[in-house]
Amino acid sequence: MCLTHNFWGFFVPGLANGFLYALIALGYTLVYGVLQLINFAHSEVFMSGGFAGLFTLNWLIGKHHPAGMSSVGYVVIGCVAGAVGGGVVAYLLERVAYRPLRRRHAPKLAFLISAIGASYFLLNLAGKEFGRDSRPIAQPFTQTQTDPLFKIFGTGVSLYYAVIAVVAIIMLVMLDRLVNKTRLGQGIRAVAQDADTAGLMGVDINRVIAQTFIVGGLLGGAAGFLYGLGPANVSYTMGFTPGLKAFTAAVLGGIGNIRGAMLGGLLLGIIENLSVACISPSWVDVVSFFILVLVLLVRPTGILGERLGRSA
Amino acid sequence: MSAIRDSEAIRPPQSAGGGRSAWQRLRRNNNARKLVACIIGALVAAVITGPSGSVSHPTAGFTGALFHPRVIVFLVLGVLLWLAMVGRETLSENIKTVTAPISMARTRWLGDPKVRYSLYAALLIFAIIYPRSLSSFWQGVLVDQIGVYVLLAIGLNVVVGFAGLLDLGYIAFYAIGAYSCAYWTGALPIKPVFHLNPFVSIVFAVAAAMIAGVILGAPTLRLRGDYLAIVTLGFGEIITIYANNLQSVTGGAGGTNVVPHLSVNLLGLKYHWKLDSLPYYYLLLVFVVAILVMFRALENSRVGRAWTAIREDEVAAEASGVNTFKYKLLAFAMGASTSGFAGVLFASKVQTLYPSSFALTESILILVLVIFGGMGSLPGAVLGAAVLQWLPQFLRGKINQADLFLYLGALLIIMMIFRPQGIWPSRRRARELAMAEAGLTEADAVSGPTAGEVQ
Repeated sequence: MCLTHNFWGFFVPGLANGFLYALIALGYTLVYGVLQLINFAHSEVFMSGGFAGLFTLNWLIGKHHPAGMSSVGYVVIGCVAGAVGGGVVAYLLERVAYRPLRRRHAPKLAFLISAIGASYFLLNLAGKEFGRDSRPIAQPFTQTQTDPLFKIFGTGVSLYYAVIAVVAIIMLVMLDRLVNKTRLGQGIRAVAQDADTAGLMGVDINRVIAQTFIVGGLLGGAAGFLYGLGPANVSYTMGFTPGLKAFTAAVLGGIGNIRGAMLGGLLLGIIENLSVACISPSWVDVVSFFILVLVLLVRPTGILGERLGRSA
Repeated sequence: MSAIRDSEAIRPPQSAGGGRSAWQRLRRNNNARKLVACIIGALVAAVITGPSGSVSHPTAGFTGALFHPRVIVFLVLGVLLWLAMVGRETLSENIKTVTAPISMARTRWLGDPKVRYSLYAALLIFAIIYPRSLSSFWQGVLVDQIGVYVLLAIGLNVVVGFAGLLDLGYIAFYAIGAYSCAYWTGALPIKPVFHLNPFVSIVFAVAAAMIAGVILGAPTLRLRGDYLAIVTLGFGEIITIYANNLQSVTGGAGGTNVVPHLSVNLLGLKYHWKLDSLPYYYLLLVFVVAILVMFRALENSRVGRAWTAIREDEVAAEASGVNTFKYKLLAFAMGASTSGFAGVLFASKVQTLYPSSFALTESILILVLVIFGGMGSLPGAVLGAAVLQWLPQFLRGKINQADLFLYLGALLIIMMIFRPQGIWPSRRRARELAMAEAGLTEADAVSGPTAGEVQ
């Protein structure tokens, strides 16, 4: 009913959101793959990426309005800055909040609690050091965000959505190659399958776990930059809601399953935005929560199933 | 579970020092690593207690904290901490010979029920008499900040401590209790079917919280434990969204109408609680003591033993015939109803409810109280709540209140790394953690797949 007259108008922003969720969800899924733990502080990794992109672009762009190829350059620089910010924070997180506990063979509850502690610590540290109000990122392109770039089924696709889609697709393909074709990817899959055996086979588990955190952080950080570029802006609390939704996406697709996280992210973004049309914008967060509970009730392994080890 | 073992043990043995550079040897040196960790910790402490920055000057906070003479104080403290750590290790044997008789005497002494009960009685008398001498500000703190949170911490302790389940939306049940009370006393925009005395509304509010707990717990408790954490996290957030959005039901962000104070008019006994905090304090004290006695009895009962079994090894518990799902749900529902109960008391004390009182940070705060006090330890939960709720009030004006969760987050990590059993651990929990550390068992219900799970 509610979808008949402007389906694509809700679908396209939903798809763009879905790409962002997919990027964040991969961070959860990768860490879950190697540690069988939900990384509660991943939303703060995302937030750090937003801040890294904000500072880099505000410093580089300043007052002028880039156009053409320099716009592309700035988007790339912003993504790299965000990714590096996210990667660094994810690595520190692993070193401070996870590794000491692994060394002690701490119970799983302890990991969850220390991750929540780290999440709150990072959140409030950012709030304290960078101010507690949200700030826009200096726009790397002169075209305004809402102006349509081209049309699909009569719906204008803005430059912002196009940027998200292109960056996300590039990163998703790169990740897929990384996990399936490289030595690091082999290590990640081996640890996910059976950590102890992988260790006996000469895989340095600590190293692989740290690298997994970094890879998840790179994706999440870049997503943080892209998210902050949009109307949501960058603030110290920006991570919480996208983090929770990306987790829902990871569960929806099958946690521990990389392609599942991608699929779940896209699906969730679309479902959520269509529900904006059908219900009301103020209930969006409720919808994704109900999806989470529904998935856990009906099919807790997610759409593609939990495929630890063969995580691609 | 096996994935989180450290690979140290399975690294190939390396000949001591042979062919390695001085730098590598330094990196392997445990004391040098500890020194680096202490110094980094000191610098982080300098930053978090230092000045704030802003978006336009993102480095101002860091430079203000690190390039300022006071950083020297932190560095000295860090080095002292390192010396204490290194010294303790070398002295630990000597220290043990001194402290062992003391701790043995303490155990024997506290193990004597006569001594223990007289100690409890003395504490109770102190808790009755002492608040009378406090100023009205501190009496208010004792009820709003400490009393209610002690109650909440005791309830969460059943969930997290006894059954080993992580509940991150605990405050949602508190909100349900508070709003139910507001509903039955006619303080919400929608009018109740019949008006109730706030005391009677407790029954309905607790029932509502418990039902919500069962509805939420039933689908998730069959699954791996960490799903529960995220579902409750989402639920906690949804409840505030509901409270904010359903303006016609809850009054939205503007708050509810006035919830009446508690009053009794029964069998000739007539009393009306008013704005004054002290009567509320005594009421809370009665309830807290009653609930403590009840939970203590429960802990040592068949139910408590089932919880312990689930926490220690869920698969073994299931195999031994414990209905793990039932007992997990019971723990979850008990926590939820305690939380709902605390919500009623809160509602009638503060009288006007705002959705902002039930933010996610409150759930995290209560979790910190339980962890700090000691998971699974009832006196620990009381002590943790009392100390951590008193401290920010005591430091009011000395530290920035907005940074409270910065300190609490750091505290959570530090507790998990150095003292996961809390400041007043339950003996059983401390032993479980020590055994888990030695790689013998698990110590919570979060680990490993559970029976209902599809693999």
